[in-house]
Amino acid sequence: MKIKYFYPLFLVLLVSTALASLPVPPPAGGTVTGKVTYTGTPPKMKPIDMAKEPNCAKEHAASPVFTENVVTGPGNTLEWAVVYVSAGDQGSTPGTQTLRFDQKGCQYMPHVLAMQVDQPFEIVNSDPHLHNIHPLPKINPEWNKSQPPGTPPLMAKYDKPEFIPVKCNVHPWMHGWFIVLNTSHYAISGSDGSFSIKGLPPGKYTLTAWQEQFGTQAQDVTIAGGETKNITFTFKALPY
Amino acid sequence: MRPRLEVLALFLGAAALLLTAGAAPCFAQIDIHIHTATGPMESHVGDVTGHSEPGKAYYRRYCIGCHGPDGDGNGENAQWFDPNFGFAKPRDFTLATYKCRSTPTGTLPTDQDLYDAVTRGFVTTNMPRWLALTVQQRADLVAFIKTFSKKWESQKTGTPINIPPEPTGNIESILRGREMFQKMQCWKCHGPEGHGDGPAAATLTDSKDNPIRPYNFAVGSRFKCGQTNQDLYRIFMTGLDGTPMPSFADVIQPNDAWDLVHFLRTLQPLDTPEAKAWKEWVVTHGKELKPIGAEEAPGGGQ
Ligand code: HEC
Ligand code: HEC
Repeated sequence: MKIKYFYPLFLVLLVSTALASLPVPPPAGGTVTGKVTYTGTPPKMKPIDMAKEPNCAKEHAASPVFTENVVTGPGNTLEWAVVYVSAGDQGSTPGTQTLRFDQKGCQYMPHVLAMQVDQPFEIVNSDPHLHNIHPLPKINPEWNKSQPPGTPPLMAKYDKPEFIPVKCNVHPWMHGWFIVLNTSHYAISGSDGSFSIKGLPPGKYTLTAWQEQFGTQAQDVTIAGGETKNITFTFKALPY
Repeated sequence: MRPRLEVLALFLGAAALLLTAGAAPCFAQIDIHIHTATGPMESHVGDVTGHSEPGKAYYRRYCIGCHGPDGDGNGENAQWFDPNFGFAKPRDFTLATYKCRSTPTGTLPTDQDLYDAVTRGFVTTNMPRWLALTVQQRADLVAFIKTFSKKWESQKTGTPINIPPEPTGNIESILRGREMFQKMQCWKCHGPEGHGDGPAAATLTDSKDNPIRPYNFAVGSRFKCGQTNQDLYRIFMTGLDGTPMPSFADVIQPNDAWDLVHFLRTLQPLDTPEAKAWKEWVVTHGKELKPIGAEEAPGGGQ
């Protein structure tokens, strides 16, 4: 038995020394891909009346903007769900890249901004009028800053993991999220509900999917090597 | 048999009373447990050091009815304060989010800030002024309030913002301040005349989802967070955390901030030098003023 283990170990050592001498080692590890879906009847999103802010009303005159708390795609899929590793290797890549959160046409772009603890992000006002940016954390400090048009981006970061709703008091229809995570292994589902988390070292993981209206779902996944595992998260949708 | 039982009950009752009375002076409330989140805390107000231990007893006596045994603002009287009629709910000390700060938005206030807030009370709300308590008692209360949130252990108090000396509030300064009021879009909430009736006013809610109204400059001489020009400067530069009233520290330069202070004074029913200068000017120049509010310019909302 003992001898049997020795050979693979030796091989791994050999390969890894060989890899280390290569100029750029490819990101090893497995991948989890899949879709975030729903069953049942999701609530219908409502068109937003922006008459109170004529600039924005004008900008969206041709095609009205809808609320975004449940954005569905083809085949009962859900956009804007956050899928992340809630247990298992949390990754060692620090979030150093500065992310961007824009206020444009009286909407937040992106609707959900996921980031790592201590990762810097900038808040931009692309509109020709004032916004106040008011995230509502409970664990992290709560601040509220005004951002008149043409002022430089505001820099921010959070040092504790938390799911933080964001609002603008001047435009009550504006809703967004700052998702502050302890892990670098995360993804946000796209317009077809798909997500992909790459570079997972071998091991056992719990993956959690969070959707602002429907809550959370968790699944266990084991990654053995450079494999790709496919999973589907299914939320029960209730019209509210 | 019956009389004897009564005597026994009386005796037992008296014994219980004596026991509890020995344990705490205020036995009527003995069953109310106060839940704190940290160990003992201190506060520093001038030369006075406040201690949370005695502060707890004062809290039980004076504050618990509104701020509650858990410090979350759910005291038994809180139910009677209706935000729909402009009455704020008591502060939730477990969040450590405070309105009246000398420190930047998102930071903890100084002990002095809390002390000042307790001393002056909150106009237009049920939070009384506590001038009748001694300096030491108020300092002790400030120390005790902090024990409701672990944030006082994990975060540092903010550094008070710098307020440069006030320049003279002449008519030029007032007019520049009026432009700031327009450009910074204070009117979106406070209304073009500062009556608290701007286009965004009706939908405002605080961070606990309770309706909240922008300050109406026409009715008040005092603010929740003070009454001097310095207080006014501080209010819009640091913001009232936990409310829609944002901080403008990143976007208003100190000189412009003083101009804005001078203009805001003309909106109040006060006999300030600014109000006088303004009234005189308006008599002759009133027609030159462009109205405050959304501009007609195509595409421009600034
Ligand atoms: C009758 C009810 C009532 C009592 C009694 C009361 N408070 Fe308050 N308190 C309030 C209300 C209401 C507010 C919120 C006012 C607002 O948000 O505009 C408040 C707010 C506060 C604040 C917030 C300061 C800030 O800057 O945000 C502090 C500190 C405070 N109270 C301390 C005390 C202390 C200490 C006592 C006891 C000595 C006390 N209160 C007793 C009703 C009360
Ligand atoms: C998004 C809406 C909003 C904007 C924009 C806004 N305010 Fe306010 N303001 C409020 C609300 C709401 C309150 C009431 C807070 C409370 O009572 O706790 C307030 C309160 C105040 C107060 C009184 C604070 C006190 O201690 O009682 C002053 C002064 C003030 N605002 C000045 C300004 C100035 C100057 C500007 C522009 C530079 C401005 N505000 C922009 C919403 C706003």
